[in-house]
Amino acid sequence: MSSNPISNSVNTKRDAPQARPALSAWRDWLGVIPFFLFVFLFIALPSFRLLIGSFQDSDGQFTLKNFADLMDPSILGAYWVTIRISLTTALGGGLLGFLMAYAVTVGGLPRWVRSALLTFSGVASNFAGVPLAFAFITTLGRIGMVTVFLKLLGIDLYDKGFSLYSFWGLSLTYMYFQFPLMVLTITPALDGLRREWREAAENLGATSFQYWTRVALPILTPAILGTMILLFGNAFGAYATALSLTGGFINLITILIGSQIKGDVLHNVGLGYALALGMVVVMGVMMTIYYFLRRRSERWLKQ
Amino acid sequence: MVEAMKRSVFWSWFWMFIGTLYFILPLTSTFLFSLRAKKDVLSFLAYERIFSDINFWRTFTFSLIVGFFTILVSILLVVPTAYWIRLRLPKLRGMIEFLTMLPFVIPAIVLVFGLIRVFSGAPFFLTNTYAGTNVLLVAAYVVLALPYMFRSVDAGLGAIDVRSLTEAAQSLGASWPTILFKVIFPNLRVAILGGAFLTLATVIGEFTIATFLVGIKAFGPYMSLIGQNKTYEASSLTIISFLLTWSFMGLIQLFNRGKSDSALAGAH
Repeated sequence: MSSNPISNSVNTKRDAPQARPALSAWRDWLGVIPFFLFVFLFIALPSFRLLIGSFQDSDGQFTLKNFADLMDPSILGAYWVTIRISLTTALGGGLLGFLMAYAVTVGGLPRWVRSALLTFSGVASNFAGVPLAFAFITTLGRIGMVTVFLKLLGIDLYDKGFSLYSFWGLSLTYMYFQFPLMVLTITPALDGLRREWREAAENLGATSFQYWTRVALPILTPAILGTMILLFGNAFGAYATALSLTGGFINLITILIGSQIKGDVLHNVGLGYALALGMVVVMGVMMTIYYFLRRRSERWLKQ
Repeated sequence: MVEAMKRSVFWSWFWMFIGTLYFILPLTSTFLFSLRAKKDVLSFLAYERIFSDINFWRTFTFSLIVGFFTILVSILLVVPTAYWIRLRLPKLRGMIEFLTMLPFVIPAIVLVFGLIRVFSGAPFFLTNTYAGTNVLLVAAYVVLALPYMFRSVDAGLGAIDVRSLTEAAQSLGASWPTILFKVIFPNLRVAILGGAFLTLATVIGEFTIATFLVGIKAFGPYMSLIGQNKTYEASSLTIISFLLTWSFMGLIQLFNRGKSDSALAGAH
């Protein structure tokens, strides 16, 4: 039997015979070598360098001192502020984005509003960095249009303690790219809500409130949380926007790493590695949660 | 019931109104501000100054070329890999997907830090020459583009019958390069263009990586420099950059017509 040449090219699952016998396994792997080489050189190597470097002192000896240095109050403070800004803008941007996506899907607004919103969201979620910072300086800076306008109405924002160059100012600015991203990711999920579910709930005597809290939101929750973690990462890694808005005078972890690369503040490469590794760890935890939640939300909506 | 509907529509308009204000206000004030370069009259002076600035054109061209090479390398890297995975190594799919998502976990500032540390020393010495730093810049951008390039191409491959197309081409005697460039690429045109313009939109004004690798040669750092020195020109640059992003997104929508693929990118 095994010496019969035909039986080799006819597989046992009763599929049609393959047009050509498969190439040997090692030749299959040749096709993905460029990709793996690229990933190795430009993702894996830099990551390993960070990992190893954060356990080394300036002479290359093993040390845990870099991590002990992370416990410095100003560095812990930087992590904390960065995480807080990311959480605030993820929640705030997520909420506004959700409400707007709701308005154009279930909320009964005309179709053109929806396509206008989605187009604008695509642009705004990619509008960040230096130009975004300028846009907010001319809006809410000391002589910004809105600041001046409110002053005419008798409300002096800066007297009341607001500053664009502070935590809340930065949060407001980040929100500009945060909520459009929420609109883009949550609109398909809202489209996935079936009309039958609402009708079934209403037939059973549920109020609109009950439908949302007991049916719609539980279905949407994984998608909402998943998107929020995406938003979190978005704000967590932001450097250009924060730098051009505050000129570097805000204690964010990205700004700290930036000045470490320029070598003008810390002069301690090992600490720089540890700072960077800390960011990757935070993001790694977030992405793990994201993956878990995304899988759950897709299981619901695909049925 | 009708009453409830009316209330719901009211709130829908309300939130749209808030969101629209958020969208529009910064753009309006930036635009109005950019018109005030000349005292007491509205003018496009700030725009004229920007467009007559040789450094604007120099840095913009530089970033455009970098963007072009980024797209070229991404396509050559991602399309054959994604194709091969679907055809021959489906068991690797999960792993490749995971690898392409890694750039989400590694913030740009961390990536550029690691890249500088690895490639400035032996055995690469890439940061010693202009050509070397340019190569490094393109490589970093390819990493940034990897998640959406792969997702876009993989979704495109999912929509065509890769196996049948390949076997049909093979039975006509086509070689692997012919199959890739004459069969697979044309069928993925829409997916590739979508990913490409998204990449371009991110790369053109990218600041974080550019500033540490090539400094003022790139468009992002140039905008930042203008922002520190020239207020009105900075506002006109902001408007120009917004219109650029808008046109790239418009092009994606044009190609993507009928598909609800969302554009999730960003270097913030």
